[in-house]
Amino acid sequence: MADYEIPKITGEEGILEIPHIQPDAMKSHGPWISKHEFQEYMHFPTDFKMPESVEHYGDADTLVENWKERALAKMADLKGRYRSLQVYLDICVKCGACTDKCHYFLGTTDPKNMPVARQDLLRKVYRRYFTFAGKFFAKLGMPGFVGGAELTEDVVKDWYNYYHQCSQCRRCSVFCPYGIDTAEISMAAREILDHIGMGQKYCTEIMGKVHKIGNNLGLPGGALADTLEGLEEDIYDDTGVEVKLPMDKKGADILLVTPSADFFAEPHVDGLMGYAKVFHELGLDWTLSSYASEGANFGMFIGSYENMRKISLRVRKAAIDLGVKRIVFGECGHAWRVAYSFLNTLAGPFDFLDQNYPIPQHVLEITEPALAAGKLNIDKSLNDDMTLTFHDSCNIARGSRMGDKPGGQFEIPRNVIKAVCNNFVDMPADTIHDATYCCGGGGGILTDDLMEVRVKGAQPRMEALKYVTDHHGVTHMAAICAICKSQFTKVIPYYGFTMDQIVSVHQLVSNALILTGQLTEEEMEAKEAAEEAERLAAKEAREKAAAEKAAAEKESKD
Amino acid sequence: MAIGVIYAVLFWAATLVLVLGVANKVLIYWKTPAPLKIPTTPAPITRSGVVVRMMSEVFLFKSLYRSDKLLWALGFAFHYSMLFIVIRHFRYVLDPVWSVIQFMQPIGRYAAFVFVLALLGLLARRIFIDRVRYITSPSDRAMLGLLIFIGLSGMTMSFFGGHTDIVMVKEFFTGLITFDLKPLPADAPLLIHLGLVLILMFIFPISKLLHAPGIFFSPTRNQVDNPREKRHLSPWAAELEKQGKMYLDELD
Ligand code: SF4
Ligand code: SF4
Repeated sequence: MADYEIPKITGEEGILEIPHIQPDAMKSHGPWISKHEFQEYMHFPTDFKMPESVEHYGDADTLVENWKERALAKMADLKGRYRSLQVYLDICVKCGACTDKCHYFLGTTDPKNMPVARQDLLRKVYRRYFTFAGKFFAKLGMPGFVGGAELTEDVVKDWYNYYHQCSQCRRCSVFCPYGIDTAEISMAAREILDHIGMGQKYCTEIMGKVHKIGNNLGLPGGALADTLEGLEEDIYDDTGVEVKLPMDKKGADILLVTPSADFFAEPHVDGLMGYAKVFHELGLDWTLSSYASEGANFGMFIGSYENMRKISLRVRKAAIDLGVKRIVFGECGHAWRVAYSFLNTLAGPFDFLDQNYPIPQHVLEITEPALAAGKLNIDKSLNDDMTLTFHDSCNIARGSRMGDKPGGQFEIPRNVIKAVCNNFVDMPADTIHDATYCCGGGGGILTDDLMEVRVKGAQPRMEALKYVTDHHGVTHMAAICAICKSQFTKVIPYYGFTMDQIVSVHQLVSNALILTGQLTEEEMEAKEAAEEAERLAAKEAREKAAAEKAAAEKESKD
Repeated sequence: MAIGVIYAVLFWAATLVLVLGVANKVLIYWKTPAPLKIPTTPAPITRSGVVVRMMSEVFLFKSLYRSDKLLWALGFAFHYSMLFIVIRHFRYVLDPVWSVIQFMQPIGRYAAFVFVLALLGLLARRIFIDRVRYITSPSDRAMLGLLIFIGLSGMTMSFFGGHTDIVMVKEFFTGLITFDLKPLPADAPLLIHLGLVLILMFIFPISKLLHAPGIFFSPTRNQVDNPREKRHLSPWAAELEKQGKMYLDELD
């Protein structure tokens, strides 16, 4: 299946033992580099030479002219604009509390995947070029004494490789005594790399599609409309109820912004049908937008405020153009972080929306109270074939909130699952809530050229899942993030699970929700039988009429 | 007297470097905008909640407690023993000595043992745990060594047959405050002790010791979780909006 060893999971404790370090275990050329075309879309410099092969990634002659000066200038610019970066580069005491907290370190054993060591890749250059101690000891020829290092090709190569082995999940920041967030460092590093000719293909290509077409997949409006129509038919065939999935409906109350994976990927699409059914049942007037048909915002992954804002402004424009009163986001982790924590900053103020609702709102913030108030007719037994557990997505768990109380992001999805399923078990405490382990595919890592990183990075989560599978009979894991869902469906087979064990939370809601006027299976069969009979009768009648007509014609001829 | 003059000048210089250096850094932290709301959630949704969160980090090392109990215990022992020791040392500059400090005197004296032991523990971590060894620079070990020797030289004076003329030391330091030069006893443990403290003061603003003021500026810990209720905008982002531009290099 792969040319590297798949980590073993035991399911005994649910928590991995801390491995011994193995330097350079994950040394590599990193993910594919972005072409000029996409760098240009992102407004990044294009005066670099595309390396001929991966072996040449990071070679000085492939980088922009004066790459060293420009890298340092970018670093200076960023530390002047981001307090997080400036403070975090200075204050780490190298205590090591974070060293065993990163899923990529646990899964790969490469010491450069320990959060502090990852930060140090950038910090050593900062120390050398921007601090008195570093400059002083560099003059003595020993910058390493104070943790400084010259900026060389090799450093750039390490940056590119190891800053693309960080999913910016922020687990390290929970455990650092000063809250040092390696995600902030890796975002800054990627922004610097983008300015010296080392953009990452996956992220930039996807953002190019959003800037041009409106979603990560590059699905034009027409194709989207067809897809939505197909989903409406699916729901009708299932329930006998005409549930709409409107697009570009002017004057609707709610604009739903959801990750584009919801339109076609499994199990995402079942979640989308779930939202549609909930909205239908609650009588909400909603619409999707073809212009802002993407909830994801990869601008965050590459640390580009400007590109992140540019994508966010599409949501604002769509809301204004459609004249909606509320903005609701679908199930996606980083999309919700950008929406909850940044949207007001990037694309606000939203004084034109209805101020009685949170702006923006998460779809679970609609479903949960509706379930609690008994507004939805639920038959929990319809989910009895499953025992569920729930994966807290990092960006939701540690970078956002739901509801009006801190920690609502943990309670609300669980409340929803428990309201629609009889069997729910949590994974071990050190692997959920704000200590949740990343799926291994977040932060711009969800690409085939980083498969080894993804598989190994999933190990801590897989161990926890295995534990509840073996000890509590868990059969399925629910998620509320498009990236988690895609990542898991792809990597869990490596650990002996099957793809369909990953479900969307709204898929569970959809399973258990009985729509008003919904037909039971028997009724549905009876209805189909009746329709079939009607068709047959009509056919018979037609044939009879035709026969009579033919006979009459024959008669008249005679 | 010559030694007194040298040390006096050094102490004045070190104080200046320490105060100005830290003030400069604090000013930089203060002035550097935090363009986005990035508290590590769940985070407090009010200012007073943030104060509680920050205090629990500063005084109890709450996050560290969650992540590594042994390190927490060592760090806690080290920092609090240092606090008591520092408080005790006020008796060398204050006249009259406040009664609280009088009271703390014996605690501060014995805290020195905890101080040195905790530091040795921290040093052992750097040597024996492979992950921590990997991230340790020579300066990290040097800094622990510095503190250990400050402790040991101090203990030599207060416990192990030190004959340092305390009254003279006190006159020297009170003299420093009033710019009235007084001689310092030419006593080896004392001079080593003070020399190491001087180094510590000099390197404070250019080293990781900045974690002390820095933690207050850590956005993941000091921000209120209220981005939906209150719009947060940095000056440079506001400029983009004002000029209707998408990219910073397009600004006039
Ligand atoms: S926990 Fe924080 S201070 Fe300690 S080594 Fe990690 S980043 Fe540095
Ligand atoms: S943000 Fe997540 S992936 Fe990145 S270093 Fe921290 S724990 Fe690892």
